[in-house]
Order: sequence, then structure tokens, then C-alpha cells
Amino acid sequence: MSNTSPASRSLFRRDFVRRTLLASTLLLSASLAHAEEPKLLNSSYDVTREFYKQVNDLFVPFWKAKGGATVQVDQSHGGSSKQARAVLDGLEADVVTFNQSTDVDLLVPAGLVAADWRTKFPHNASPYTSTILFLVRKGNPKGIKDWPDLVKSGAQVIIPNPKTSGNGRYSYVGAWAWSIKNEGGDEAKAKDFVKKLFANVPVLDTGGRGATNSFAQNGIGDVLLTFENEVHLTIRELGADKFDVVVPPQSILADAPIAIVEPVAKKHGTTDLAKAYLDYLFTDEVQEVAAKNYFRPANPEILKKHAASFPEIKLVTIDEILGGWKKALEVHFKDGGVFDQIYAR
Amino acid sequence: MAGIAQLNLPSGEDATRARIIARNQLARRATSDPFWMKAIVLTLSLGFLFVFFVLPLALVFQEAFRKGWEAYLKVFDDRATTHSIWLTLQVALIAVPLNTVFGLAAAWCVAHFRFRGKQLLSVLIELPLWVSPVVAGLIYVLLFGRQGLLGPWLFEKDIKIIFALPGIVLSTVFVTFPFVARVVTPQLQALGRAEEEAALTLGANGWSTFWRVTVPKIKWSLIYGIILCNARAMGEFGAVSVVSGHIRNQTNTMPLHIEVLYNEYQFVPAFAVASLLALLALLTLVIKSATTWFADRALRNAAL
Repeated sequence: MSNTSPASRSLFRRDFVRRTLLASTLLLSASLAHAEEPKLLNSSYDVTREFYKQVNDLFVPFWKAKGGATVQVDQSHGGSSKQARAVLDGLEADVVTFNQSTDVDLLVPAGLVAADWRTKFPHNASPYTSTILFLVRKGNPKGIKDWPDLVKSGAQVIIPNPKTSGNGRYSYVGAWAWSIKNEGGDEAKAKDFVKKLFANVPVLDTGGRGATNSFAQNGIGDVLLTFENEVHLTIRELGADKFDVVVPPQSILADAPIAIVEPVAKKHGTTDLAKAYLDYLFTDEVQEVAAKNYFRPANPEILKKHAASFPEIKLVTIDEILGGWKKALEVHFKDGGVFDQIYAR
Repeated sequence: MAGIAQLNLPSGEDATRARIIARNQLARRATSDPFWMKAIVLTLSLGFLFVFFVLPLALVFQEAFRKGWEAYLKVFDDRATTHSIWLTLQVALIAVPLNTVFGLAAAWCVAHFRFRGKQLLSVLIELPLWVSPVVAGLIYVLLFGRQGLLGPWLFEKDIKIIFALPGIVLSTVFVTFPFVARVVTPQLQALGRAEEEAALTLGANGWSTFWRVTVPKIKWSLIYGIILCNARAMGEFGAVSVVSGHIRNQTNTMPLHIEVLYNEYQFVPAFAVASLLALLALLTLVIKSATTWFADRALRNAAL
């Protein structure tokens, strides 16, 4: 023990405690009194990270040129339904940019999004569409060309969890649609087909990006089912020498609904900013960015211009296959629904 | 009988010493393991430590420096990264002092008081250790979420708890609560309260008894508890993930930011930030060893 007298030691200690307390109070108040620049929070799904990073970088100068303040657009990403759940639980996102309408519809009863959100923006409030393609290992060793090959070839298939990820749900519906269109429209056959498909799925990640990492980084599985943009991004980021794209003759049309979370925007005083931000997604500038990121632009002219990036593919809609997302959720994805029945092991 | 026995044995100090040595040797042989046993157990534990702790830690640094020093340093130029570090420090700065106070109070109760429900208190202190961090996060969503118990009231009053700093701090406090209490309680119990009683008898008041007698006694275990608590507070992922909302520049702590970076294929930044947490772990290890050594010494001195 040291030689300092007990009195001076205790004095030192008291002083130390007092100073620590003071310092933490100051830190806390400093962080609370952070300078306020207008902020916009965009809650989006998992595989739009790179796209919105580019969009936000363009939007800031765009808004400033229009006479607005220097705005800060923050992003939150995760499985689409998980994100919707967070907004419902109180995550104060000003705008939501999801990958299926049910996730936006989920916010309607709570009064977070207007019931007629579809009509508030052009193209059914969907700035772009996408579809599900297959990503396979270089040279396609399992010879996968179409949906039935996923079942027949004995390949391991990576699909994110259809219960938490729109991405996974689209893959599920894509498989169902193939069976309906090619096996005589029999629901029992479709159920059997999807069951066989999911029997080959070794892991269910909660979001699309997690599934990509399982497949591309961790080397699990022979084929990844994911959005067209994610397929191309994976190739660009992780090497064209490692993967090949497989475009099945038929797949599912995926839209990307967007909406303002009205009470939140009102509270933040960002209603106009949020509207401008979402409107901006439909400008030629951003439509070009979408095309470059392999999202199919809603603007038909820009889509035509980039036709080389988007192979012809017969796209079916959820409405024609399962009677819309609402019904699909009710029958297929709620607890005890068809997905739970086929995935039970 | 006694006489005969004495006759047969060498007498005097030498005899006693010989007997003690013999007994010690016998004892040592009975409790020592054969060489092959030692070799197997040692290889197993060292091998396990190497494969599951040392190697992964080394890999973190290797990945972080894959593109050299400059790339490593450049990582910390990024706003989202610095914000996540800053946020993590803020959380630890609030959570750790709170838990030091709570932990000391709880340890004091368990070690020094007799009361109904003492057993329950000691059990409750450990509760966060058995509860999965995800559950720890979810309980706050259930409590403070928009659809939770207090949610509607909070939203009306515009008080943000979850998906903001308070929620992150709360869940961190929950998860790190046991550390100080668990480390300090045994030491308090072992040291008894004789010295405090003496101080009080000599006229010291409760406060100065605490600062001048108790705290110096338990200093080392207290420091150990605090650094353990701090390491966990900075590294907590599960509970924080549930209440954070994953907003970059706002609610991403370092562990969450590492996940974000990794998911965006930014491997050098991901592992560079991870290397900071790994360094924190190493530092904790060093301080831990030092404090255990000091604490043992203090105990030995007290026993003498």
C-alpha cells in the first residue's frame, strides 16, 4: 500500500468521483445538444445499401440546389419485414423503402402510413422493380437452368427466411409460380414442389444480405436465390471468376413500394423533405442509378435504354399466382401456414 | 507402549523433520498425476485455447492489416465509424458507473446484511447471466415500444427510449449488471466487517468508513469487476441489436457497425473496428491478471 495519508487519499478519491461524474454529465449533455441539421431516416431492406448510398450522395446537393438546407440522410437496413416491425415498434423512420406492399400495409392500421399510399407516387409508388434470379458457382457444376433443377439436381439452395425477408418470400412464390404454370395449376403439386425445394435449404438467414454472405463468403450451398440486383452486386464485389448468373425462363415480379411515415415526418418537421426525397427516386437521374445497380427502372424509356442489362424473362405477379400479398401472408407465411407445414422437419 | 515406540525410532528434531518430509512426499505422490495424464490435459487445454481464442484473435488483426497500415488508419476517417466508436464510449461511460454503484450496493447487501429474501437477491443479481441477450433487448421493446406497455404514453410525451441512446444504455446496463456485484461479493464476505466495526467504534461516520476502510480493502476486485463490466458493455451485441434500430450515424455501436461493414463487403474496415474490440479484450486480460495478483496479495496480507 502507498504511504499517502488516508485523509489525502480519500480526498483524492472523492475529487476523482466528482470529476468523473461531472465529465460524464457534460458528455451526456453535449451529445444531447448536438447541432441540429435536418435529418431524414430511410428504413430500407437488406440489399439496397449500395443503391441508397449513391442516391443519398446525389440527393444532398440536389436539395441544396433547390434552396434547401444541407440535409443528412441516414439509413437503416435489414430484412424488409423486420424493418417494418421496427417502424411499428417506434423506429422513427421518415420514409420506408421496402420490397413488398404487405410490409407497408402493416403500417397502415397503426396510422403510420396513409391507406392510399399506392396513389401518392407515380408507378404505384414503386420506383423500380426486380425479380429473383439464381447465382451459381462458376461453371454451374450442378447444371441448374430452371426452377425444377433446384429440386432435381440435389443441389443445396440458399434462400433467406421467407418469414422475415421479402427476398425469401419472393423466392418461395417464384417456386410456387413455376409449379402452378408448368404442372397443371394443381395446388397440391405446387406445395409438394416447394416442400422439396426447401428440403434442400440448409440455412435460413433473416435477410437477403445474410444469405448472400452464407453463399458467397462462407461457401455454403450450390445456388443462391436472390434479387437480380444482389446477384450482380455479388459478382461485382466478390469476383466474376467465382460465380455465374442463371436466368430462369420464368420468375416473379418484385416491386419496391415506398411511403412516407406521416406522423413521424410531421413530428420531425420533415414532411416536405420526405416527399421531395421519394419524388426524387422517380427522376431520370435516380432511374439511371437504379438501372446501373440492376434494379429495373420504373421509367419505361430508361428501362429500354438499359435493355442489355435486363434479360427477357417471363415475369408473373403475386396477384395472379396467390391472389395478392395479403392472402399469401394469411395462407402461406403466418404461423402454422403452408411454409411452416412444409419446413417442419 | 509409548516407551517402546520411542526406542525404535530416531529421536529429536531430525526425526520430526524426516517424518514431515516422508509425509509430504507421500502426499505429493498420491495427489500428483502420471506424466502422460499431465501431457494430455495440458495439450488439450492449450490446444483448445490456441485454436479457439488465439488464432481467431490473430486472424482479426491479419484481416485488419491486409491492405497495410494506411488502409487501416483510413478506416477511422469515416464518419459512421467514428460515430459508432463515440456512441460505444458514451454507452460505456453511462452504463459502467451505474453498474459500479448498483453492483457495490448489491454486493454490500448480500455480504453484510441478514434479511428476508437475501437468497432471492443473490439469485436476481445473476439473472442477466442466464437470460439470453436477445430477450434482454426484447423486454425493453415490449415495455417501451410504440405498441408496448409504456409506449403510447412515451410517444405522446415525445420521449425516445428504444431505437435511441437510452434504450441502448438500458439494455447494456441489464446485461452487464452482474459483473461488479459478482466479483466484489466474495471478497467482501471473505474480509468480514471487523475493520469497519473498528472504524465506527473509533468515531468514523459511515461514509468515511466506506471510503477509507472498505474501498481500499476491495479495491482490486472492484477494479476487476469494473473492467469486466466495461469490456462487456462495449462488446455487447445481442441486446443492443434488438433495441438499436441499426441507424448508422445514430444508433450503431461498434459491434453493430462491424456487422454492417461486413455485410457491405467492407472487410478491412470491419476487421479494423473489430481489432479495436480485440485490443480492448487483450487490455482487459492484462488488467485482470494484474488485479487478481494484487487482490490475492491483499487477501494474504489480511490473513497474516
